[in-house]
Amino acid sequence: MGIFKVFKSLVIDSLDTITKGSAKYHLWMGFLTLVMLIGMYCYSIQLEEGLSATGMSDRVSWGLYISNFTFLVGVAAAAVMLVMPTYVLKDIDFKQAVLIGEGLAVAALIMCLAFVVADMGGPSVLWHMIPGIGVFNFPNSMLTWDVIVLNGYLFINISIPFYILFKHYQNKEAKKSVYVPGAILSVFWAVGIHLVTAFLYQGLQARPFWNNALLGPRFLASAFAAGPALIILVLAVIRTFTAFKIEDKTIKKIAMIVTVAAQINLIMLVSELFKEFYAPTHHSESAYYLFFGLHGKTALLPWIWTAIPINVLATIILTFNKFRNNLKVLYVCCGLLFVAIWIEKGFGLIVPGFIPGPYGKIVEYLPSGIEIGVTISIWALGAFVFTILAKTAIGIELGELRYKDKNAENV
Amino acid sequence: MSENKKWYSLDLGLNKTKKSSGTCGCGNAEGSCSSTPKKEEELSPDEFYEAAINASIGEERHKDGFDQVFDVKMDRRSAFRKLTASLLIGAGAVSTSCSVTTGDKSKEKAQIDWEEQFKGNYKLMTDEEKQGTIERLMRSYELRTDKNISMTAENAAEDVLFGYAFNISKCQGYMNCVSACVEENNQDRNSEMQYIRIHEMKDGEGFKFDKADDNYYHEVPAEGHFYMGTQCFHCDNPPCVEVCPVQATWKEEDGLVVIDYDWCVGCRYCMAACPYDGRRFNWSKPEVPENEVNKNQHYLGNRMRKKGVMEKCTFCVQRTRKGKNPACVEACPTGARIFGNLLDPKSTIRWVLENKKVFRLKEDLGTEPKFWYFMD
Repeated sequence: MGIFKVFKSLVIDSLDTITKGSAKYHLWMGFLTLVMLIGMYCYSIQLEEGLSATGMSDRVSWGLYISNFTFLVGVAAAAVMLVMPTYVLKDIDFKQAVLIGEGLAVAALIMCLAFVVADMGGPSVLWHMIPGIGVFNFPNSMLTWDVIVLNGYLFINISIPFYILFKHYQNKEAKKSVYVPGAILSVFWAVGIHLVTAFLYQGLQARPFWNNALLGPRFLASAFAAGPALIILVLAVIRTFTAFKIEDKTIKKIAMIVTVAAQINLIMLVSELFKEFYAPTHHSESAYYLFFGLHGKTALLPWIWTAIPINVLATIILTFNKFRNNLKVLYVCCGLLFVAIWIEKGFGLIVPGFIPGPYGKIVEYLPSGIEIGVTISIWALGAFVFTILAKTAIGIELGELRYKDKNAENV
Repeated sequence: MSENKKWYSLDLGLNKTKKSSGTCGCGNAEGSCSSTPKKEEELSPDEFYEAAINASIGEERHKDGFDQVFDVKMDRRSAFRKLTASLLIGAGAVSTSCSVTTGDKSKEKAQIDWEEQFKGNYKLMTDEEKQGTIERLMRSYELRTDKNISMTAENAAEDVLFGYAFNISKCQGYMNCVSACVEENNQDRNSEMQYIRIHEMKDGEGFKFDKADDNYYHEVPAEGHFYMGTQCFHCDNPPCVEVCPVQATWKEEDGLVVIDYDWCVGCRYCMAACPYDGRRFNWSKPEVPENEVNKNQHYLGNRMRKKGVMEKCTFCVQRTRKGKNPACVEACPTGARIFGNLLDPKSTIRWVLENKKVFRLKEDLGTEPKFWYFMD
């Protein structure tokens, strides 16, 4: 009974916290709500007309939604890069950042699920996928593996921070023996979610562009660059706008992770380019289309030739300690890297997998306005969820939110 | 049967024929010619029959498991139904109390829609349940349009494995097959969905699909060109079936790869997995003018689809299970298309496989299409 009382009080207190704030905070939340409403309108049009409201077609049957889904799985997986040093390697610096990282993972996973639902032709029959009442094609379909790992990861990333915050809320220390095993599990799980998501594409013999052994590892490397890069930016914002203390040391350590991952990512990119272009086969056509265009079709060139130079530039700058330790330069580089990897995972990976088609036909893909509207609104949803989580977590960590025992007050 | 092989290979089911002919004239099922006769001598007829069935449909037998899996799933599903039944009653009460004009027909329609929404996967249905759903679908059509359709849920016949052969020398690119297919299978007229694509290729360049034109509007046969049709190949090892998260698509006993349109969630993973461009998606609500609707339908075949689900060539299941040829075969004026039962040694398709130099597309992918090409 006591626990429920505390929980109820926590819910009320956090509702109180998230509805109060500075004018800037209200403006931010109002803006996100507006974007979400516009997105819901776009989605209602998509529901009404069907997926023909998007830019997808029989030839390019996955587009912006699945691209963003793939990218965000990586962002979610990256939370582990903070969990590991803190709980496993006992590096105390990160503890402050971990709650933020896990909050980010939760927001990213919610966005992932939203993108998948937005991509479905029949969202009303999604219960067909629920084991027990539906038919769950496990273990044959990699999509079912993905459903399991994503939901499992969501559960882990909700429960660990919740446990810690719940204890801190009551002015108690969180027991290490409870959350450390969970944290260690989440380390493996994070690698799992991204590898499984890569296998989703890697396992298709029909699409030579994806059907290569490097896809999984490259997913991991790019995720561990883009995810922590986003975390750095978020920490920078939190540092500026709240009293939550994040030391420079923490940010610099995360910057180290970003740098190493970005370097590994570039090495893999070189390896991929070498394989595709040194001895080009029929299977290199997608890569040719992506980088140089094929038969006069060049829709992806601006995207990839923006992403690659940005990626290389940001990685080179980050490689030098002098630049990396300058926080302003670091923030810019993280922003660049984040954008570059987003482009690479979307327009650079998902779309060219379908082009040219199975019989060499080239139909290009451009997202429609509706699709872009829904996509932006799902990002807004993520930002909204994250803001709520972070505000509550920061409130508790700063000691502003505390459980007041009524019995204690009476005494 | 294929313990030496590390990869999947098509069991043409030659061993499934009860009376073995002794001589083996098949030049197509790789490696099976030399090994099969020996095995036949080693095994007793019963063992052999068992082994042959295991080799061809063994996996299915475990996976389907009507008796084991079915009961559990249906129990839970009906539990789910019961849970939602109260909702139905509540919603029904509200709608009847609010609406003055609710007639018996609209109530019946609502009832049918409800049951259809929460029915199970066709693959796991008993024959009675299959019958139930097609009756509901027919009644629903009648209620909506005042016209009758006939829909069947005919199961695969025994000792049948459908296969297809395409004579590249004969095809002239008339595309009668394409229009016959569209009419037979009630495909969406707005998006001009077509299961069959005819690729026009230049003489002297070989099979260059990327240079071929599959969307021509000029007079055929164009000089200096040859023609080649593609559609769903009904692979014996179909990648599309493996990837479906809800088993909305599967391989029937007679080799047809089919979709339960009502079970499909529209994720389009099968589309990404198909190396042959064999699958189509209903990007918007499919529309067929009422007077053009083909009313002889099969649940797995040409019944009306809805938006947001996959569909594909079924070798005209509504025709072929009644012993007829698919519409494309019947419509072809040149005789380039040959369809038949691979397990029947006297069928034309078997004659082609045994006497022509046949090949299949992208054989290196291990999908084992049941669709062969040959030339005169």
